[in-house]
Amino acid sequence: MRTSEIIGDSPADQKDPRWHIRVRGLTKSFGPHLVLKDVDLDLERGKVNVILGASGAGKSVLIKHFMCLLRPDKGHIYVDGTDVLSLSPKQLSLFRRKFGLVFQFAALFDSLTVEENCAFPLKEHTKKSTSEIRDVVNDKLVALGLDGTQKKYPGELSGGMRKRVGLARALVLEPEILMYDEPTTGLDPLATRNVDEMILDTCQRYNVTSVVISHDMASVFRIADRIAMLHDKKILEAGPAAMIAKSQQPFVYDFLHASGVSAIDGGRTPDSSHAAGHGGSIDKLGGDPT
Amino acid sequence: MSEAPPPPPPGETKPGMGVSEVSHTKRKVPQPYLQAAAPEKKVTVPGALWQGVKDTGAPVQRFLDMFGGHMIMMAKSLAWLPRRPYRPKNYLEAAEYIGFGSLPIVLLVGFFTGAVMSLQSIFAFKAFDLESFSGGVTAKAIASELGPVLTSLMLSGRAGAGIATELGTMRISEQIDALESMAVNPLQYLVLPRLVAATIVTPILGLLFFCIGMGGAWLVAIILYDVPQGQWVANLRNITAPIDVVQGMIKCAFFGFMVTLIGCYQGFNAQGGGRGVGIGTTRAVVLGSVSTLILDYFLSDILLSIFGSGRGG
Ligand SMILES: Nc1ncnc2c1ncn2[C@@H]1O[C@H](COP(=O)(O)OP(=O)(O)OP(=O)(O)O)[C@@H](O)[C@H]1O
Ligand SMILES: [Mg+2]
Repeated sequence: MRTSEIIGDSPADQKDPRWHIRVRGLTKSFGPHLVLKDVDLDLERGKVNVILGASGAGKSVLIKHFMCLLRPDKGHIYVDGTDVLSLSPKQLSLFRRKFGLVFQFAALFDSLTVEENCAFPLKEHTKKSTSEIRDVVNDKLVALGLDGTQKKYPGELSGGMRKRVGLARALVLEPEILMYDEPTTGLDPLATRNVDEMILDTCQRYNVTSVVISHDMASVFRIADRIAMLHDKKILEAGPAAMIAKSQQPFVYDFLHASGVSAIDGGRTPDSSHAAGHGGSIDKLGGDPT
Repeated sequence: MSEAPPPPPPGETKPGMGVSEVSHTKRKVPQPYLQAAAPEKKVTVPGALWQGVKDTGAPVQRFLDMFGGHMIMMAKSLAWLPRRPYRPKNYLEAAEYIGFGSLPIVLLVGFFTGAVMSLQSIFAFKAFDLESFSGGVTAKAIASELGPVLTSLMLSGRAGAGIATELGTMRISEQIDALESMAVNPLQYLVLPRLVAATIVTPILGLLFFCIGMGGAWLVAIILYDVPQGQWVANLRNITAPIDVVQGMIKCAFFGFMVTLIGCYQGFNAQGGGRGVGIGTTRAVVLGSVSTLILDYFLSDILLSIFGSGRGG
């Protein structure tokens, strides 16, 4: 259970290297509208951490706090044991380079072409030459099936293509922590599988801590190591994917099973394999890379 | 009376029975109406008074909030001026957008402003046979007032509105958040270049306004109304001095800075989708125009006390 995994709240405990990001008592409201109340959450280093929750539950708001794009009304966020709220603006700017964020609606710069969008973080933060940058960007774009769009403007792309460009832009700097806000919503099944594999691959190859928000259960159980469920302004349940898959908590159970995709078959964690054979499963598509 | 202490009416300091008696009778009458409207809320006279003061003061508070917001944005942006990276490309793009983009309209307006000023003053001076003074009067008016003010109005309608829309769209589509998430300061990247560019480019626009305005005036006076050119030019030099033009350009620098700051502020603080961006754009134009006229008075006052009214020679 979640409570057993939260060991303590003294600053010394925040240094536990297993947890990359720790959130304690986070409360946030917009005007009179309370969105998050006393959220406690731990995200494991080098693993894929999925955050689930109903639409409007505050998932996007929550992950924006991790890199201080939003400031909480109350509470603390520790990244690598540092309280991010205590950082000075200059330190904050350095700190943010640890992160890559794929925005829910891509948030591409519409005055720049696809290529320039992806090159933007490299131009700002590295000393790479123009041709090196072009190579890196091209590699990422080709890997995401976006070859040929380099000179187009975001306005000329479809929603799914924009999303993948946003993904490419977050990947080019190879940050320590990658946060994906619904990376596969609106993609076709093949592109979804492609993106899922990309998430897993980056996570494993570079030992990146990944934070994924997703509504697509098939894809969640393909990639998740840990799952946290955000409900009613709080984390309702959090833990290893296999454990959450077997949860008897009524809301969690409903949420996982409503789409008809059987959660339990596809879990990456070996100890969930005994439950294989559930009917109606379509989640073998992705192929388990482990 | 178990409710909040009764309000001492102004001037009434008598303690004890007298006070409660007064408020009791005063309260009796409105009570049922108030309770029918809002049964839960206790309405006391000081409470209502305070609410009234707050409501009356709300626009003042909003104004102060907004004014303070502009000042903070200005200070924060300018603090980035000496810091790396400098990104000259952003400055050039902003200068092109604000300056080059506004050039046609500024020239058009300038030409006809000069022409009509000339026309009016020729007819006004005709009765005294002083048509040759029209050039000097036109030049004085354009250089110190009409040029800067009309340039600034054009700028707030074009560049101010454009900037508010662009930054507002970037705000609501999370592009500004994206900049921040990539550790790029949006004030440094978006606002500072526009402020600097506008401050440099607007005086040039003002100067061009003056030049083409005088072209229009010359055309009307010399070509259309046969005013003797020699006298026209001599009077022009007598009435208007280069310092008038310089004063106008100084005004332009302030106007350009302010109009752009307002545009940036409205864009940056846009919220709530396309409607929000639209509101921000409208505000940018209205605020920009109104504050141009207000600032113009104070700037004129200051500049006149520094330079005096220039006399040609
Ligand atoms: N900038 C803001 N100003 C005011 N309210 C906001 C703002 N951002 C988010 N909210 C509110 O916070 C709540 C949570 O929004 P959020 O975008 O985090 O939802 P979400 O869980 O990401 O939903 P979805 O799955 O649909 O993306 C919503 O009710 C929204 O109205
Ligand atoms: Mg969201």
